[in-house]
Order: sequence, then C-alpha cells, then structure tokens
Amino acid sequence: MKPFLREKIPVNFEDVPDTTSFEAGYLVTKNAGWRNVKPVIDTSKCIGCLNCYLYCPDGVIFKKDGKVAIDYDFCKGCGICKKVCKIKAIELEAEK
Amino acid sequence: MAVTAKTLNETEFFYGHKACAGCGGSLAVRIALKVLGENAIAVLPAGCMSAVGFNFPQLCFGNNAIISTFAGTASMLTGVQAGLKAQGITDFQAVGFAGDGGTADIGIQALSGAIDRNDDILYICYDNEAYMNTGIQKSSLTPFGAKTTTTPAGKNIHGNIRPKKNMFEIVAAHGIPYAATASVGYLNDFMKKVEKAKSIKGTKYIHILAPCPTGWGIKTDETVEIAKEVVDCGLWYLAEYENGQFHLNYQPKEFSDIEKYLKKQARFKHLTDDDIEIIKKSRDEKWEYINQNFK
Repeated sequence: MKPFLREKIPVNFEDVPDTTSFEAGYLVTKNAGWRNVKPVIDTSKCIGCLNCYLYCPDGVIFKKDGKVAIDYDFCKGCGICKKVCKIKAIELEAEK
Repeated sequence: MAVTAKTLNETEFFYGHKACAGCGGSLAVRIALKVLGENAIAVLPAGCMSAVGFNFPQLCFGNNAIISTFAGTASMLTGVQAGLKAQGITDFQAVGFAGDGGTADIGIQALSGAIDRNDDILYICYDNEAYMNTGIQKSSLTPFGAKTTTTPAGKNIHGNIRPKKNMFEIVAAHGIPYAATASVGYLNDFMKKVEKAKSIKGTKYIHILAPCPTGWGIKTDETVEIAKEVVDCGLWYLAEYENGQFHLNYQPKEFSDIEKYLKKQARFKHLTDDDIEIIKKSRDEKWEYINQNFK
C-alpha cells in the first residue's frame, strides 16, 4: 500500500490510539507548498526510460501509459528529474 | 536478473515525507524499501529519516516501521527478527536505516554485537557525512577539510582535521557474511546490492553515500550528480565484501578533478591548495591499498 492523503485528521484524544503505534502510510498534509519551481514533462519527447522515476527522492514520479507523470501534491521541486533526464524532456517552470 | 527501474516494485513505501528537497538519504531509503518489498520491517534511530518520516499523524512509511533508541538500531533489529521468528513468521526482512552518526559513532557497539551474533538482519547506513538532522555537526564519517558547525573553517584550522572513518572495512573485519558500499549516484549498483543482501542469511551491511544539499552547500538538483562525482574522482568507491574477500565493483578509468568536486560544495569552499594536496595524497594512498587488496 502506498501512503495516501486521508480525509480524517486526528485532532481529538479519542481519535488517537492509546498505544504508541498508528496506521502505516497515514498522510494528512501535502508538500506542494514547498515548491519554487515545478517540473513539467513534455510527453511528446518522453521515451519512458524511467530515469526520473528512479532518482526522485520523493517518489512522486510514476509510470503512466508507457511514459511518466508527476504527483504535484508531493513534489518539492528539487529539480533532480530535470538533471537526470537524458533527452531533456523535463523543464522547470516558476511557481506563481 | 538484477532489478532495474523497469522491474522495480511500483509501490512507494516512503512517501509524503518531510525531508529537504533533493535529499539523498530519503532516496536511499525509498529505493531500498522498493527492492525489499512490503514485508520489510524498518527500524530507524534518531536521525533525519525518522524525523522526516514520523510526524504524527503524518506517517510516511507504507510498511511496518519503528523508531529505535539512537544507539540501538542493530539491537532492535535483532529483537524484531527474533520476535517474528518466535511467532513462526519467516517471510520478512528486518532492515535498519541509520545515518553516519547513528552508525559510526553512537550505534557502532550495537552493530558490532549484532554482527558478532550473526543475526539475520540488514543494516543500511545512509552516510551524509555529518549530523545533519541536528544542524550539521561533525561525525566520525565527516571527511577531512569539511566545514561543519563544530568544525568551523577559520584562519588557522580549515574545517575538520580528521579523516573519514573507514566504516566499511571495520564492519568487514568482523568477518560479516556480506558488506558493501554504494552511492545514490549509482542506484542500479545499489539495487543489485540490496537484492543480493536480501538473499543472504546472517548480518548484512550496506554503506551508501547520500549527499545532503543543506549540509553540503549544494543546489537541490545536484544531489545525484555530486554522488556520481564523488565516486568518479576517487573519494568514494563501490565495493563488496563476501566470503572473506574484497571486490571492487567499479574502477574509474581516470579520476575526475578532485578540486572541481570539492569547490562545488560550500563546506569545502575555504580549502587551500595545500589542503587539496593532502586530500589528493590520501586518495592515492587509499587506491594503492584498494588495488593491492581488492579483487
């Protein structure tokens, strides 16, 4: 199971277990606000070599239709994907 | 067949974490867990990866994961595998992710004990060459000349005066079943090593160099590049230890420019030509040793 964003955020004491363990992969906040630049994939150029998918520290690049796509909820805009793309199919755009 | 980007498990097990953009350590953890799969049980001591992975209620591990005491990564791994075995569970891999401080300074005793008992565990040290989580203090894996908050660069003393501890060979000296070095710049090599470690019974140790943009003073997009360059210039090496033998996995044809590698990073900006000469000399001595003793 991939960790995913939940609707329910534990706020009250009764939401919190009385042990020190909790459900794995429980996400309540996005990381999108960290970004200054946003990677954009030119799918007409992408050959699906998966280099960006492999080297993304946050794992936000996933396989889609033989190519790749980005989960912008969790991309921090580090720019590694652009650097490791051998065919230069990724550009960084300034976030507004 | 060795696992590649195409055959790698598509599930993400380390997702939504709060590591700095471009973090090398989180890349190492992410890839290792993808190779090991959902039956991996991760143990994390105090350090960046536990600080960014468990911000309750934001829990970023998709598999079972637990925080250990700082010094006790390896002993908790021992307990995890012993407890599961006692319950009759066999299909799992206990894996620890500790930083350089948690491995070479604070956790070395527990690690040494686990190797001595030959417990069936995998210990991965993500080495970002200082205590990054607490604000970049020197560890025993900080290289010579690096500026940290506890080894400042002044007029008389230029950063860290001690060389990097040889953790890989210290571990190998225990007669461990499997030990390896890796770099986040060469992930195919790392994935192969994690896969191999998974298939071996007994204690396994992988030491992966993981640049830290915040602590090293590099741009967030340079992590992978610099992790490649450190291997290419000969200041780090990709090797394995198995059956009492050292093997070198990658021999750079010609070393790339050490000065270029160092001067890219803010932590080495202050180094003089004499300092760089010392680093070059120690690299050449290391490689002379490697060429003599590694196959």
